[in-house]
Amino acid sequence: MPGIDYFYPEFEVVRRDERCIRCRVCERQCANEVHRYDPERDMLISDEAKCVNCQRCVSLCPTRALKIVRSDCRLRENANWDGDTIREVYKQAASGGVLLSSMGNPKPLPVYWDKLLINASQVTNPSIDPLREPMETKVFLGKKPDRMTRDAGGKLVTDLTPQLELSMPVMFSAMSYGSISYNAHASLARAATEMGVCYNTGEGGLHEDFYKYGPNTIVQVASGRFGVHEDYLEAGAAIEIKMGQGAKPGIGGHLPGAKVGPDVSRTRMIPEGSDAISPAPHHDIYSIEDLRQLVWSLKEATGHRKPVIVKVAAVHNIAAIASGIARSGADIIAIDGFRGGTGAAPTRIRDHVGIPIELALASVDQRLRDEGIRNNVSLVVGGSIRSSADVVKAVALGADACYIATAAVLALGCHLCRTCQSGRCNWGIATQRPDLTKRLNPDIGSQRLVNLLTAWKREIMELMGGMGINSIEALRGNRLMLRGVGLNETELRILGISHAGE
Amino acid sequence: MKRVYVNEEWCLGCHLCEFNCAFANSGESDMVKALKGKPIRPRIRVEGDDRITYAVSCRHCLDPLCIRSCISGALHKEDGVVCIDREKCVGCLTCVLVCPYGAVQPGPDGAAMKCELCLKNACGEPACAAGCPNRAIVYEEREEGQA
Amino acid sequence: MRALEGDFRNPSGCAISAVISRSGERMSGEKIIESMKPMHERSNGLGGGFAGYGIYPEYKELFALHLFFTDKAVRHECETYLRGELELVKSEVIPTRTIPAITDEPLIWRYFVTPLRSVLSSMQVDENEYIARVVMHINTSIKGAYVFSSGKNMGVFKAVGFPEDVGEFYRLEEYGAYSWTAHGRYPTNTPGWWGGAHPFALLDWTVVHNGEISSYDANRRTIEMYGYTCTLQTDTEVITYIADYLLRKQGLTLEETASVIAAPFWSTIEARPEAERKQLTYLRTVFPSLLITGPFSIILGFHGGLMALNDRLKLRSMVTAEKGDRVYIASEEAAIRAMEPDAENFYAPAGGEPVIVRVREGCC
Repeated sequence: MPGIDYFYPEFEVVRRDERCIRCRVCERQCANEVHRYDPERDMLISDEAKCVNCQRCVSLCPTRALKIVRSDCRLRENANWDGDTIREVYKQAASGGVLLSSMGNPKPLPVYWDKLLINASQVTNPSIDPLREPMETKVFLGKKPDRMTRDAGGKLVTDLTPQLELSMPVMFSAMSYGSISYNAHASLARAATEMGVCYNTGEGGLHEDFYKYGPNTIVQVASGRFGVHEDYLEAGAAIEIKMGQGAKPGIGGHLPGAKVGPDVSRTRMIPEGSDAISPAPHHDIYSIEDLRQLVWSLKEATGHRKPVIVKVAAVHNIAAIASGIARSGADIIAIDGFRGGTGAAPTRIRDHVGIPIELALASVDQRLRDEGIRNNVSLVVGGSIRSSADVVKAVALGADACYIATAAVLALGCHLCRTCQSGRCNWGIATQRPDLTKRLNPDIGSQRLVNLLTAWKREIMELMGGMGINSIEALRGNRLMLRGVGLNETELRILGISHAGE
Repeated sequence: MKRVYVNEEWCLGCHLCEFNCAFANSGESDMVKALKGKPIRPRIRVEGDDRITYAVSCRHCLDPLCIRSCISGALHKEDGVVCIDREKCVGCLTCVLVCPYGAVQPGPDGAAMKCELCLKNACGEPACAAGCPNRAIVYEEREEGQA
Repeated sequence: MRALEGDFRNPSGCAISAVISRSGERMSGEKIIESMKPMHERSNGLGGGFAGYGIYPEYKELFALHLFFTDKAVRHECETYLRGELELVKSEVIPTRTIPAITDEPLIWRYFVTPLRSVLSSMQVDENEYIARVVMHINTSIKGAYVFSSGKNMGVFKAVGFPEDVGEFYRLEEYGAYSWTAHGRYPTNTPGWWGGAHPFALLDWTVVHNGEISSYDANRRTIEMYGYTCTLQTDTEVITYIADYLLRKQGLTLEETASVIAAPFWSTIEARPEAERKQLTYLRTVFPSLLITGPFSIILGFHGGLMALNDRLKLRSMVTAEKGDRVYIASEEAAIRAMEPDAENFYAPAGGEPVIVRVREGCC
């Protein structure tokens, strides 16, 4: 394509030569081939144009000789036409293509979690010390009956529709085998099992090695139906129908053929090397009554022994949509906010479609209560739950549990360079290249995930204890425990909370 | 007895173990000062090809050929660890020749040199295992005879 | 205008006390008033009240509605509404005594009413549900009118003041009840009106409560799904509605209700025999949002009995005792001694352990 497309690289590799011992770890570890040893000059040189700032080299350099900085070769300051926007125009002028990005929306849009503050007990009731008193975080997800029934002898009939039992209100959300590596999946599965929570297969099927983690696995059925068969449905603790994803509401997925090696091919039940394209909608679901049919088909197929989750992206009319799903027979609704991550999405969709999970959650929880159907379903929310404080705030707004994925891959080593779509993940997570996937040892990965959840659980207990609450149930929907700061009347009304000081 | 074990499935071939080893045995407190501009003499070596890599160091054999072949009594066992008394070593390098793993090397001063599990340097435990980014090298107790 | 209770959340400390005669013998209100005196320090003069069961034997088939009105015009408006919905058998001013300690009283009336059968059958609801809806309507829609008691053969008497003065004001020595409960309140804010005093009542259920529950909004938002409207923002109100919902609407027993609102810890449940474990797990799973956390001691009054219950960590004091056919419950032993100096079998129920006392069958 004619035209001058050269741009000074976005990042600069700063190498302090007085510290460099020529160990060449940076060179060996960079899948983007940024670093190269020049034997003639006995020095390491960099091709910064290839650098994605994943910090693998920085993390492994034994003498701390390396750092990556943002290049200061910029265009003239312009608050309207910022550098990234201009760069994207050039890129598209050169390629004619749709821009692709990875991970969650990085734009400076409001993060409502950071504008919510949590309460604590003072004087009128006691805070509780979780080190001395029991503090319960167990939750059951699933439909709760409206009416008790008793047998002829007057005893309560204690049969329940299937429930998903979690030791704490956090699960790993869907990431497919294909989009992430075998070792990443192994880490998630092992950690979920150890912690008594669940991980989620995503739409890539379930590798045969991981059937043993079934009781802690949510198996997903998405629009491409990749890897879906009877044993797969039977293997999981719950089945999730994926209608949408927060990072890319309204569109499907695309796993490039390059990532479809023999193992991924067998797991997804598609030919090796073929692109795995999930359609934008489920072509058997064009309306709510069609969803109801799929929900019940899956229940029939599994003998009504598995709760069915319906996952949707948080979009403008989410309260009405959730209300429809709550009447569809689904046991759990998972809502994914616009900051949710992805292995690849069109940039414009990732950055401009969908709404914040905080507002979606608040309005859905309230709508389901207004309709008297809140107990028909449990609510799971995801789309950038970053810490235990976010979990506590989500539960107080009305969530039964949270889904985390970005936090989980961070624990596995991800440095949020947002280039998963390249398939050259230096951390061995979002890649299928054997030399890269082996960089994630699941012994380490699962331990780090267990550590993360253990730490969050402790923090959740501390925050609950501070509020004088000793069971997570008593926090759920307890919006008096939240106050807003710097929010306008409309935001407060939607969140159903008062402003700090009120 | 705790030994260094290597799991090649997780070895990235990054060679950090070699540099950590050389540094640990350098007597210096700064890695740059210890290693910059000098040939390094690690007691662990990463071997392999494009497909597979693994680190090799002394396995502290139950019945070590190196000790049996040592003509000066420099090589000996201390609590199961094969050690070398460099004062006694005469530099014949028979040990280098007989070690089936290639885990003994000639040292810079003529005496032989080998892994002593960093028990005698400032590290206190094997620097190769401590610094391995993917737990491919581990320092642990296993049933005798298990790889 | 100053905010009234209901416009804000008003954490309170409290004193509670109760007595019940298992043989159904009727006791005047004097003793229960006495019981509140040694606990004077637990109140601050901003609320006191009593509930008596068995006090209207001559009207025991009728619902006794006790109402506060701010003025005559509201009373007329409310009476017009009542006449349209119910049969008014008797209406009268609740007799009071003018004493210096109690001032600013509203108009205090009681009405003995019964729902019209034809209305019940056309609406397909039972009389309790119908009365509950009438109460909700008045308390949410008729400004200046407030129903503070609505059961049969029972009544609540409450005011802003110390409980012993409130008892004297309402001339409780003139009533005979087989069970009494009492409440002295220590609100952190001025309630502004009498509706904020306790006991809180709906139909036959009355609750006196000491503590501040940390689960309040989780409980409130859940119970409001089932047709209740919490107008007072008090713990006692939401606890009463939960009790009504579980006992009347869901048909749970008192013991089952206790294991929902003060559910045993999961670790305790796991150690129980299988049948019990299944039931407890079931109840916690089905009613997670009706678990009440934070400190509370409550005495739930109902037709023919009382139930005392502490939060599961026992963060508030509560003791029980017996003498003859009487059972006593109070925040402090001193309160029981004030009623019965020779009371015996003092017992501090464990957290979450319900103490249920019933009048013997046929005695009330």
